[in-house]
Amino acid sequence: MAEAKTNSEDYLRMYTQMVRIRTFEDNANQLYLSAKMPGLTHMYSGEEAVAVGICEALTDNDRITSTHRGHGHCVAKGANFKEMFCELLGKEEGYCRGKGGSMHIADQSHGNLGANAIVGGSMGIATGSALRAKLLGQDDVTVCFFGDGATAQGLLYEVMNMAALWHLPVIYACENNGYSEYTKTEEIAAGSITARAEAFGIEAFKVDGQDVLAVNELTQKLVARCRKGEGPFFIELETYRYHGHHVGDINREYYRSKDEEKDWKENRDPIVRFRSWLVDQGIATEDEIEAMNAEIKKDATEAVAYAEAAKYPDVSEVDMHVYAD
Amino acid sequence: MREITLSQAVNEAIAEEMRRDPTVFLMGEDVAEAGTPFKVLSGLVEEFGTERVIDTPIAEPGFVGLAVGAAMTGARPIVDLMFGDFIYLVMDQLCNQAAKQHYMSGGKLSVPMVLRTNMGATRRSAAQHSQSLQALVAHVPGLKVAMPSSAYEAKGLMKTAIRDNNPVVIFEDKLMYQDKAPVPEEEYLIPFGVANVKRTGTDITFIATSSMVQVAEKAAEILAAEGISAEVIDPRTIVPLDEATLLESVRKTSRAIVIDEGHQSYGVTAEIASRLNEKAFYHLDAPVLRMGAMDVPVPFSPALEDITVPTPEGVAENARKLCAGEMIHAA
Repeated sequence: MAEAKTNSEDYLRMYTQMVRIRTFEDNANQLYLSAKMPGLTHMYSGEEAVAVGICEALTDNDRITSTHRGHGHCVAKGANFKEMFCELLGKEEGYCRGKGGSMHIADQSHGNLGANAIVGGSMGIATGSALRAKLLGQDDVTVCFFGDGATAQGLLYEVMNMAALWHLPVIYACENNGYSEYTKTEEIAAGSITARAEAFGIEAFKVDGQDVLAVNELTQKLVARCRKGEGPFFIELETYRYHGHHVGDINREYYRSKDEEKDWKENRDPIVRFRSWLVDQGIATEDEIEAMNAEIKKDATEAVAYAEAAKYPDVSEVDMHVYAD
Repeated sequence: MREITLSQAVNEAIAEEMRRDPTVFLMGEDVAEAGTPFKVLSGLVEEFGTERVIDTPIAEPGFVGLAVGAAMTGARPIVDLMFGDFIYLVMDQLCNQAAKQHYMSGGKLSVPMVLRTNMGATRRSAAQHSQSLQALVAHVPGLKVAMPSSAYEAKGLMKTAIRDNNPVVIFEDKLMYQDKAPVPEEEYLIPFGVANVKRTGTDITFIATSSMVQVAEKAAEILAAEGISAEVIDPRTIVPLDEATLLESVRKTSRAIVIDEGHQSYGVTAEIASRLNEKAFYHLDAPVLRMGAMDVPVPFSPALEDITVPTPEGVAENARKLCAGEMIHAA
């Protein structure tokens, strides 16, 4: 694995955050399967190293925009389980008072400008956040998460053009998990994805999205350069989603094989890889890691129980927040 | 009082707010040195520089998207959409993103941006540069919609829009940019949701927006000579709508015609007429009439274009019939 210049504490936090994402998703999936969650949700499992590698290179002051597959970004940017599960269940104590749900979780306190249910819908928002930073002389950086499917949206090319023209502090992070909803990416994407950014004069990088240290090391460098006015940048992160497009997408052999899924899970899992690296480096023992995992599981179980018991918003809230004061 | 053009009024409003608040900035196609094709923004780049008066590429969804993100994170952008017809290009950014952020986030995020654009036919600009699309955006919860009817309203509403914490769409009538009206030197704001009774009357109420206010006033003049007294009300903002003032007038006159330059079907006129029917039915002596643009794409030929929009004569004719108890649409 790549070496990022961090200390043991940073490594352990990255591991913890990846496990927190996986654990959150396992619980969210269970809530869906047991019919306790209204609606559908899109699992981030398998892509943890992307969100964590990137968000660990950011401060609370830096902004991100997220996607319909956004729980990972939300956790990685610092959100709490309790408010997240409350939001997934439509409860009053959710991050958005139950009005957004899985696809619109926003946690402004940690700089998360929100998930977005329109594929590619937040590219303007992320770039606009970066424009604001430049105009007002603020030194924060914005990361725009989107999937390979979103590279087909014209908006990306409009905003990358402006970001490049005006040297905006934004990093476009393309999570290429190989599938555009229920279709192989190679069937919807012509040519090279990074070359598209390069056509605007944007430096573009391709990185193993299952290697949290590689992702983190690259992002740290790019964030520092963005703060010096050298942005924008583009990163294509090669990754994989373990579940279907959403939790209800169970029978998916018509678009991808079980062998392929097995191969990624057994040979390229970002958590398993990082865990064995931590043990090899003597940063943590197996026992310590098991204890960390157990603690996270306990937190999640408690948060789920809390959210299940939490109250729904009062019906009087239905027309609150349509307009700001 | 001095008189200035609607164009100068908009320019003054923006300049004053940019001087007052350093987070206000302007972006759009040809807004800087060109000052827009209508020259509404001329001179602003000289005062505020290209940092705050930003020429964008021709990429409407892109720059409206940037405005949404800038607004969500602490700036107050004014985006210039060169023609109202281009609203169709920016629907996702305006209606799915800007309009819903505050609600979806449970009130945590807000989008204090202004999208200024225009409307109005009879400029011989044909079907893609002549539309009046206010009904489209007025339909979307989370957006506010202002429709100035003169230089005075254009300035006061623009200043209010810039200070509002919500996305506001302002439609200026592109044929009125050179129209002059008295505008005070001293600062003033016009609150949203407060209609202006332009002319008082007792026999019939004309509720008219933007360009149609002049049409209604001319119709009222024609009718006055015939002994029919028409009241003319300009709602000034259609979202929020000052329902109380409209209802009060209609309860008094017992007849109303609603006039707006958007297409008549499923339009602003239909919404207002429906509210009057629901809330003032027992005060009415005649059906509330809608007068909008014909339900056709705006034609190029002057011979055709001029008959697609309401005229003073048309409004007066319908008013005469309503006041005489004649049926306009047979049951």
